[in-house]
Amino acid sequence: MTAVGTERRVIRVVVNGVPYEREVEARLLLSDFLRHELGLTGTHVGCEHGVCGACTVLFDGEPVRSCLFLAVQADGHAIETVEGLAPSESELHPLQLAFWEKHGLQCGYCTPGMLMVLKAFLAEHPNPTEEEIREAISGNLCRCTGYQNIVEAALSAAQLMRQS
Amino acid sequence: MPTRIFGEPIKRAEDPRLLTGRGRYTDDIDLPGQLHVAFLRSPLAHARIRSIDVSAAREMPGVVTVWTYADIGPCQRRMPLLIPHPDLTHPYTRYALAKDEVNHVGEPVAMVIAESRYLAEDAVEAIVVEWEELPPVVDIERAVQPGAPLVHEELGTNVAAHYVGIVGDPEGAFSRAAHVFRERLIIERSAGMPIETRAIVAVWNDVEGVLEVWDTTQAPIVIRNALAALFGLAPTQVRVIAPDVGGGFGCKIMVYPEEVLVPYAALTLRRPIKWTEDRLEHFVGTNHERLQIHDAEIAVDAEGRILGIRDRFLHDAGAYTPYGIIVPIITACQLPGPYKVPNYHVEFRAVYSNTVPVSPYRGAGRPHAAFVMERLLDRVADELGLDRAEVRRRNFIQPHEFPYDVGLIFQDGAPTRYDSGNYPGMLDLLLQQMDYDRLVREELPRLRAEGRFVGVGIACYVEGTGIGPYEGATVRVEPTGQVYVATGMPQQGQAHKTVLAQIVAEELQVPVGSVQVFEGDTAHFQFGSGTYASRSAVVCGSAVALAARKVREQGLQLAAEELEVAVEDLVVEDGRVYVRGAPERGFTWAQLAQLANPLRYAYAGDLVVRPRPWTGPTLPPGKQPSLEATEYYSPPHATWASGAVGMLVEVDIETGQLHIRKLWVVHDCGKMINPMVVEGQVHGGIAQGIGGAFYEKLHYDDNGQLLNASFMDFLMPTAMEIPRMEIAHQETPSPLNPLGVKGVGEAGAIPMPAVVAAAVEDALRPFGVRITRMPLDPDQLWRMTHPESS
Repeated sequence: MTAVGTERRVIRVVVNGVPYEREVEARLLLSDFLRHELGLTGTHVGCEHGVCGACTVLFDGEPVRSCLFLAVQADGHAIETVEGLAPSESELHPLQLAFWEKHGLQCGYCTPGMLMVLKAFLAEHPNPTEEEIREAISGNLCRCTGYQNIVEAALSAAQLMRQS
Repeated sequence: MPTRIFGEPIKRAEDPRLLTGRGRYTDDIDLPGQLHVAFLRSPLAHARIRSIDVSAAREMPGVVTVWTYADIGPCQRRMPLLIPHPDLTHPYTRYALAKDEVNHVGEPVAMVIAESRYLAEDAVEAIVVEWEELPPVVDIERAVQPGAPLVHEELGTNVAAHYVGIVGDPEGAFSRAAHVFRERLIIERSAGMPIETRAIVAVWNDVEGVLEVWDTTQAPIVIRNALAALFGLAPTQVRVIAPDVGGGFGCKIMVYPEEVLVPYAALTLRRPIKWTEDRLEHFVGTNHERLQIHDAEIAVDAEGRILGIRDRFLHDAGAYTPYGIIVPIITACQLPGPYKVPNYHVEFRAVYSNTVPVSPYRGAGRPHAAFVMERLLDRVADELGLDRAEVRRRNFIQPHEFPYDVGLIFQDGAPTRYDSGNYPGMLDLLLQQMDYDRLVREELPRLRAEGRFVGVGIACYVEGTGIGPYEGATVRVEPTGQVYVATGMPQQGQAHKTVLAQIVAEELQVPVGSVQVFEGDTAHFQFGSGTYASRSAVVCGSAVALAARKVREQGLQLAAEELEVAVEDLVVEDGRVYVRGAPERGFTWAQLAQLANPLRYAYAGDLVVRPRPWTGPTLPPGKQPSLEATEYYSPPHATWASGAVGMLVEVDIETGQLHIRKLWVVHDCGKMINPMVVEGQVHGGIAQGIGGAFYEKLHYDDNGQLLNASFMDFLMPTAMEIPRMEIAHQETPSPLNPLGVKGVGEAGAIPMPAVVAAAVEDALRPFGVRITRMPLDPDQLWRMTHPESS
């Protein structure tokens, strides 16, 4: 008996600016591909049914849940993960700086998803209200922070980004 | 002047790695040649296994082996009873894989080991089990009736434990009371639900002869000890590491079946083995908490002063009692809260059901206790026509009455003895923060006149934190200038690497960034129990402080000898030890560490050591070649944190939706090591508490099927549901420990069901409803406000 989706396909994806070519099972989740084929374990998996948002990555710039995508669907597309967020080894992205400054993370598990969602959100809403930020991250569950400092961090990051 | 580091909101040392995707959680670890595990779990709540056929599964592609109970060697022993108690007369623990009976949906039955998780899950589908269904026990009130079906036939009862605690003369108090009020109060089943599920990676390191295990546990030393005992290995032959852990909240402290089976597979197959729980497995395979049914009554005098309380409750233990009866014991002991209850009768039965076992989840019996106590006091206030704040004020333990004995034995076997607190001050601060009088006299009537259903609630609580048995720490100044700190306590986001470093940096007056904290790895520290019961800062922090103080003494002593001055003439500042008034005469800590070690080799250009004439052995008896100390701290009993919360809510009676308009918090955890971290802990606890008050309920049906085992159906609050919190701090130092600290981990979760109930009840006064059950939900609120429709 062969399970559905075990046939293999070659895919080409660009992740954080780096092109990859890999042969994968058709059923392989994008989240598993990123984590266990490419070793980009910064993208976390919390529910594997598209609710918690921990696995959020940018897919051609749009936030998506990588646990709801198959790796083969990423063929020919550009993915951005938390590993690609900082501009260089020695610098942090304003969102990362703000999360650090405002204590926007505790266990750090939901954090990559929060950062990626907020990156996309702030790109379109450079001067958001608190309420808009709360709505923007309402598809991402955090069990540690009660969200308050995440919201503070997002407001602060928006300000940093407007100034730069 | 010494630099103040303790008490400062210092940014976390943990964060740069976690923010850049360089964390290392257990599932991030992939080892060469690694095999993957998937479990077949029981689809039934209660059944006998007639037969299991794994032959087809074993033939599936990529499958290395499939195990049932018959195949698991030393893991065939029953899982340990971690915390016995004399009143736990009928304990029952499971087998790692079901032997001949399953007792809840989700219980592990067979284990597939394959080349990938995908293939392992394929093979699980091919396992055939023939079941003989048994009657499921789900309703704990029915479970205690005579003739009820039994979860464990051989026990002859569903009652695992029957506990009675009596303080004073409750019967006398009730007979002379001006008023007696009774309530039936229920808190439903919920769960901690960390965003990271559990995971284990194990490998036998053949070069060292060591079993290496990465585990999402809150207690790596406990797991190490269990594995060593189970496999006949020396403890040093088992290394358990809790790497970055994505939240715990209690449910990750246990010895779960997977935690012995995965290492056993690594030992047997001599390949690295990984298992990562998926979310459905987490819902049915990781412990739950909360369900208790209380029949409580309060006796008061004519002025609303408490004469006595009687409470009889049922506690849902789930299918097994591996963690004893800690949760209901805590409920029983903490029920009086910050109030004087001179006469108290508390009694519970812990009842088996065919559901996931129950062990502590953030709050651990305390939200239940606060809910009961605060509901009773609200009832007293309402019945006697008193302000709800005033009733509390009349019943507080006063600041001069500490230490205060509740009269019961707490979860750690020590007296339930409050060490310090200022409850009236705490409430005054809260009311001031709320502008309570104006709120109640002006704001509420104004809003109500607009036709809005608004209400205010307040709730107060205490939390026994920082229990024993003990924790330890090693502190060592390195000759390169860093300070090494090792402890046995892992973290799940509580900033140990930052706050423990602050404690050491304060004692030695070194930059906090030079202190490197190693935790959660049994190779670094051998003794201790783990992270639970809001105890890290208190117990581990105190051990770290004691060790750092000893190192400080060692450094002072050494500097005094080298400089030929008295210790009293030395000061410790700016990372140096030097002669008071003559800063040039002294040493850096790195230089002192070099001086301590007669084996003098280094690249460092600033070696201070001069050749010396021979005076005997270079390391005389009693001397050590380092500035290093290992100390343990064992608290005499718990230290008691406290808090008060206030809430303004609005109920939309058309939709039944609850809107929290304002949330005020006063919190007292004694001295704060890092107020930023303390506030983060309070925020998180409150959010989980709000979840437990309005959103999160695990729904079992009569067959013991968990109906809402997904994040689509078990609703946890998002950023839209959690309001902004205004926190004020009161600092009442603990006299028990060297830092004056109290725990804060669970604080926020405790009062939330109580305060939400109070505020909603106040908002719905026109409907005359009493809130006696948690969590609420829109459906319940709609029914309460539309009695004609239900």
